[in-house]
Amino acid sequence: MGFKDYCFRKSLWVFHFGGASCNNCDIEILDCLTPRHDLERFGILLVGSIRHADVLLVNGSINTRDKDRLIELYRQAPKPILVVAIGACGCTGGIFAESLTFAGPVDAIIPVDAYIPGCPPKPEAIIAGIVKLAGKK
Amino acid sequence: MAVNLFYFFIFPGLIFAAVTGALLSWFDRKISARVQFRKGPPLLQPFYDFFKLLLVKETILPRYGSTFIFILAPLLAVFGAAMAGVFILLPLFNINTGFRGDMLVIFYLLTLPSFSYIIGSLASGNPLAAVGGSREMKLIISYELTFILFIAAIIMKSGQHFDLRTVIETQQAGTPFIGSISGVLLFVVGVFCAQAKLAMVPFDMPEAEAELSEGIFIEYSGPPYAMIKLAKYIMLFILPAFIVALLMNGMRPGIGILWFVLKILGVVLLLVLIKNTNPRLKIKQASGFFFIWMNLLVVIAVVLTAFGL
Repeated sequence: MGFKDYCFRKSLWVFHFGGASCNNCDIEILDCLTPRHDLERFGILLVGSIRHADVLLVNGSINTRDKDRLIELYRQAPKPILVVAIGACGCTGGIFAESLTFAGPVDAIIPVDAYIPGCPPKPEAIIAGIVKLAGKK
Repeated sequence: MAVNLFYFFIFPGLIFAAVTGALLSWFDRKISARVQFRKGPPLLQPFYDFFKLLLVKETILPRYGSTFIFILAPLLAVFGAAMAGVFILLPLFNINTGFRGDMLVIFYLLTLPSFSYIIGSLASGNPLAAVGGSREMKLIISYELTFILFIAAIIMKSGQHFDLRTVIETQQAGTPFIGSISGVLLFVVGVFCAQAKLAMVPFDMPEAEAELSEGIFIEYSGPPYAMIKLAKYIMLFILPAFIVALLMNGMRPGIGILWFVLKILGVVLLLVLIKNTNPRLKIKQASGFFFIWMNLLVVIAVVLTAFGL
């Protein structure tokens, strides 16, 4: 592990993309950033602009309208960027997998580095996923 | 020549001010975390952020913007901050430059980072960045008058001396300026001006992350954003250092170095506590705050100074 990788892993800035979500995953993601769980311990910050992001969190089922926006966001992000699919809908499609407007799970649209299943995943599960992601490279 | 380059790049200038400012930035984040009952980031977090942006991330150039100015603006910001750092820190560390009138140069150089943020944001061609740039302009118009009156009041108190070294020596020979009524008023004004110059929370409307998503910095990524972070680190160190030099008798050698560090940390602590206990103002409210209340305070301080209080 070189110096560059080490700096990258110690300072992951997160951009949050919610697809057609039922908001449960959004609430659990925000829970991770609250004082109780405090992801800033690991250097993780929530940023407002995709240009500053190192991690793209995607949750919710991706429907045909979200798909173009997700692809555009992924292309606008400065590389290297890690993509995390959160929740049953993000990972597989969940109960919406048979739906008419469903445009495929996240990994059918952009490359995904980590999956965090659950409906919704607990904040502890999200933190475990992020820690594994940081140790992956 | 070599000594000047050393001054600019290594000791009081770029590297020293940036490392100190990065540590102060950690202090800022740690205190914010403790105020919110969190644990906070590790000590080297600002260095990780900086080197990640500088070495790892890709630079994306806006298609509908002016590339050259977009790249140049962060470098100009770092130059202005480091140059102001040299002019502030040399007299503070008892190195005599023999330059009379450096307070006015410092005043202009301290504005340079904000101006280059405006230039960079308008060159990026992003509408949100343009809104942020216009807000930053209004903020500059609001606080610059107060800031120059603040410096003018200090010049009056020191007996019409325009150089920082004499201001510090006047205080070290007598009492620090903060020990008088006008000095306390000037300290309040100086702290609020520093807050606005650093774009900390009551005055962070140019980079409001909720509605403008980082505003003026929205299009920056990779090494240019690292340069902006560097300029911000340097400003976080030199503005409290400037207040300490102007009002709290600077630094004496020996045990005075410890007192100097404590004074800097105290001023930064005050800034961070103001940041953590206040919501963001609207740009109109910020203008009114500076135009009416802060100018009133500083004019009262000038009048009190004229009566020797």
